[in-house]
Amino acid sequence: MIKKIISQFKDSAIINNPTFIQALGMCPTLATTTSAINALGMGLAATAVLILSNVIISLLRKIIPSQVRIASYIVIISGAVTAIELLMKAYLVDLYDALGIFIPLIVVNCIILARAEAFASKNNVLLSLVDGLATGLGFTGALFIIGCIREFLGSGSIFGFVITPEQFHATIFVMAPGAFLTLGMLMALVQKLKNRTPKSKAQLENAETEVSQ
Amino acid sequence: MTEILMIMLAAILTENFIFIKFMGICPFLGVSDKADKALGMSFAVIFVMTLSSGTTWAVYHYLLVPFGLEYLQTVAFILVIASLVQFIEMFLKKYVPALYSSLGIFLPLITTNCAVLGAALLSISNGYTFLQSVIFGFSAAVGFMVAVLIFAGVREKLRFSNVPKAFQGMPIALVAAGLIAMVFSGFSGISL
Repeated sequence: MIKKIISQFKDSAIINNPTFIQALGMCPTLATTTSAINALGMGLAATAVLILSNVIISLLRKIIPSQVRIASYIVIISGAVTAIELLMKAYLVDLYDALGIFIPLIVVNCIILARAEAFASKNNVLLSLVDGLATGLGFTGALFIIGCIREFLGSGSIFGFVITPEQFHATIFVMAPGAFLTLGMLMALVQKLKNRTPKSKAQLENAETEVSQ
Repeated sequence: MTEILMIMLAAILTENFIFIKFMGICPFLGVSDKADKALGMSFAVIFVMTLSSGTTWAVYHYLLVPFGLEYLQTVAFILVIASLVQFIEMFLKKYVPALYSSLGIFLPLITTNCAVLGAALLSISNGYTFLQSVIFGFSAAVGFMVAVLIFAGVREKLRFSNVPKAFQGMPIALVAAGLIAMVFSGFSGISL
């Protein structure tokens, strides 16, 4: 069981990373990654919604009739989003203001509906919980990487700590075009690594055999 | 009158939903590989967004506000949009089959287009009147059409160019979108 959970975790978070591999949920990925802290906040909010909706949908999977399942999923998801939104408004006002409209827009984030339809409606509660957590963390990780790169290049800081002097700041990276450019470059890097992996493994083995010989 | 012109100009150019506000990126990347697909999707989006902005405005001001239920706006709006899309689909199938055959496949996708919900939420938070929010929804959708048509043109050219292996597919599309976004950020100085 634990082995199954671990492999599910790895599959949902890394092998099928929602951002870099599946290219889902692009709007918050591009819009909220102007700084590392905003990216982290957005990712964790989406993770919380994913866990909640996956668990509820998995619990109700035998009750929801399949003809109206999408509508039911959307209601459940928007309920979860409203709960998270009200919590953030009460306890994390700064983050709530920074993310603005993208908190209610978690409702239409395709990642959440995709996991509900593809996973939570077919699996038990525990696995759905793991899947929600793993997908959410994969999304958070991707957003965090993009956020760090954009904040470092655009405003020369990470988490608000200034690192480089002002003349090195490339403001374009915290503006709209920088989001597209950063994500495009990162996706190219992921594709490059993916194409390379089997080859480099073979090369490593070759090198090892050569050394042992 | 100037106010309405200002809303239109802002929604189409200076505050373009795709390139400046990042709403509706999924359908934007999904349908922009061919110009005719992009056009079909854009017309469906214009149709739904204009209607949904008006409907959600009415729901908010005549249903949610009198009962003090403003905090339910996200749930209410997404339900209104989903049922509106379903209704439009049924109506077109029955009465305008010609239009249905060209827009039909795009309609179900629109429910999860965040530009539709985004426009509804924004026109409430901006405090627009009924007419203003309908105009806002319409021009935001026109902005979507402008963006997606320009991008479809770029992507059709990209298919014949020699792209490095790692950049093929999504990465080069994103980089191209970044360059177009740079053009659109040039509009940011304009205000009436």
